[in-house]
Amino acid sequence: MITGSIAAIGAGLAAIGAGLGIGRIGGSAMDGIARQPEAASKIQTAMLIAAAFVEAVALFAVVVALMGNG
Amino acid sequence: MDCSHVFEFKVKRLIVVFTLFLAVLFNAPVAFAQADTAHATEVSSAEGAVHGTEDAKAEKKFDIGKFALHHIADSHSWHVIGDTYISLPVILYTPNGFVTFSSGDFHHDDEAKVVVERNAQRFVKLHEKIYYASATANQHGQFVDLDEKHHASNARPLDLSFTKNVCTLFLSIIIILAVFLNVAKGYRVRKGKSPKGLQSWMEPIILFVRDDIAKPNLGHKYERFMPYLLTVFFFIWFNNMLGLVPFLPGGANLTGNIAVTLVLAVSTFCLTVFNGNKYYWKHIFMPDVPWWMYIVMVPVELFVIFTKPIALMIRLFANITAGHILVLSLICLVFVFNSLYIAPVSVAFAVFIGAIELLVAFIQAFIFTILSALFIGMAIEEHH
Repeated sequence: MITGSIAAIGAGLAAIGAGLGIGRIGGSAMDGIARQPEAASKIQTAMLIAAAFVEAVALFAVVVALMGNG
Repeated sequence: MDCSHVFEFKVKRLIVVFTLFLAVLFNAPVAFAQADTAHATEVSSAEGAVHGTEDAKAEKKFDIGKFALHHIADSHSWHVIGDTYISLPVILYTPNGFVTFSSGDFHHDDEAKVVVERNAQRFVKLHEKIYYASATANQHGQFVDLDEKHHASNARPLDLSFTKNVCTLFLSIIIILAVFLNVAKGYRVRKGKSPKGLQSWMEPIILFVRDDIAKPNLGHKYERFMPYLLTVFFFIWFNNMLGLVPFLPGGANLTGNIAVTLVLAVSTFCLTVFNGNKYYWKHIFMPDVPWWMYIVMVPVELFVIFTKPIALMIRLFANITAGHILVLSLICLVFVFNSLYIAPVSVAFAVFIGAIELLVAFIQAFIFTILSALFIGMAIEEHH
């Protein structure tokens, strides 16, 4: 018998989404840096900002899951 | 330069984790298991659902979620080690005026069992919240009325206490002032000369904020916003770092407190709104679309003004909170599995996540600052 909150599944789903998103961002940034190594610092900054937006969505999900749990 | 700093924190954390690990190792396995369950009961009863009576089942159960949430929450006393606490002042605003007493008067009771009487009013503390005590105790010896969800239904005074988070806030203000007054003095004394000491340690970071955050996003008007951006950056960074130190003077979870991030986000919101030029407001109220689109566009644009700071607030709060919960959960694996052999795994993961958290502490400060600069930059951008 499994007990617990279904909110954990929601948090897991959000993690999948954020993983896909951040993976794409990171991969594309790698591509960009490989093509144009001199623009690495600019690409990194843009990458971090984009990653923060994706990550925020996942963290909203975590907060909602926590609230649903508590 | 900042690498050595990062390394120092890592080493401190490592030492603490390793000491904990040794402490666990030196207990005989049987005593360990017993101490463990005893600790678990203590935690779970100090925390959530009320276990007034000794319950054999509850003794076995260790609620990792409640343990973690307790540790990231604000507190009226500051836990040092073992049974040693620093009692912080409690300041309450009641209809009869202000009431102050030391949180030590509760004798570290967090289950509403100890009543403190001041100004003919009776107070109890339940889960770090202060309530007016009920006249009589319930069957668990608690002076509160609990509903079926174990939430107290008593009235609460306005709690303006000097809590652990407030303490850390002042501490970080002192640290930041000490560091930056020193740095500023360095620039005054050695004007035009190369930086020295603390100054040469902070200068690259200040230049990083200027060249990588302010200038690209704010354009030529960046100087006006530099004080705000620097303040926000260093405040968030220092507090993230303080939150990572697991013992005094760290241990409080200031940037993982939504009220603190709310204030920071409101500051950015105010700067954006008050500095917005006519192009910014025109973009919101009269965008370049056919007039019938305004019905959709204007509410959406107005909504976006508010969602930006709200996202800022939740991003910082959730990142730091999630990091703390993660580290605590990994440490708790030992108690959950109730096995000595989990300890190395748990410690290794905790050290690994701790190292990542150091990076996150910096990245979150950077993200908050650069997004603030971005939002302000969008508001002050000239039309072209």
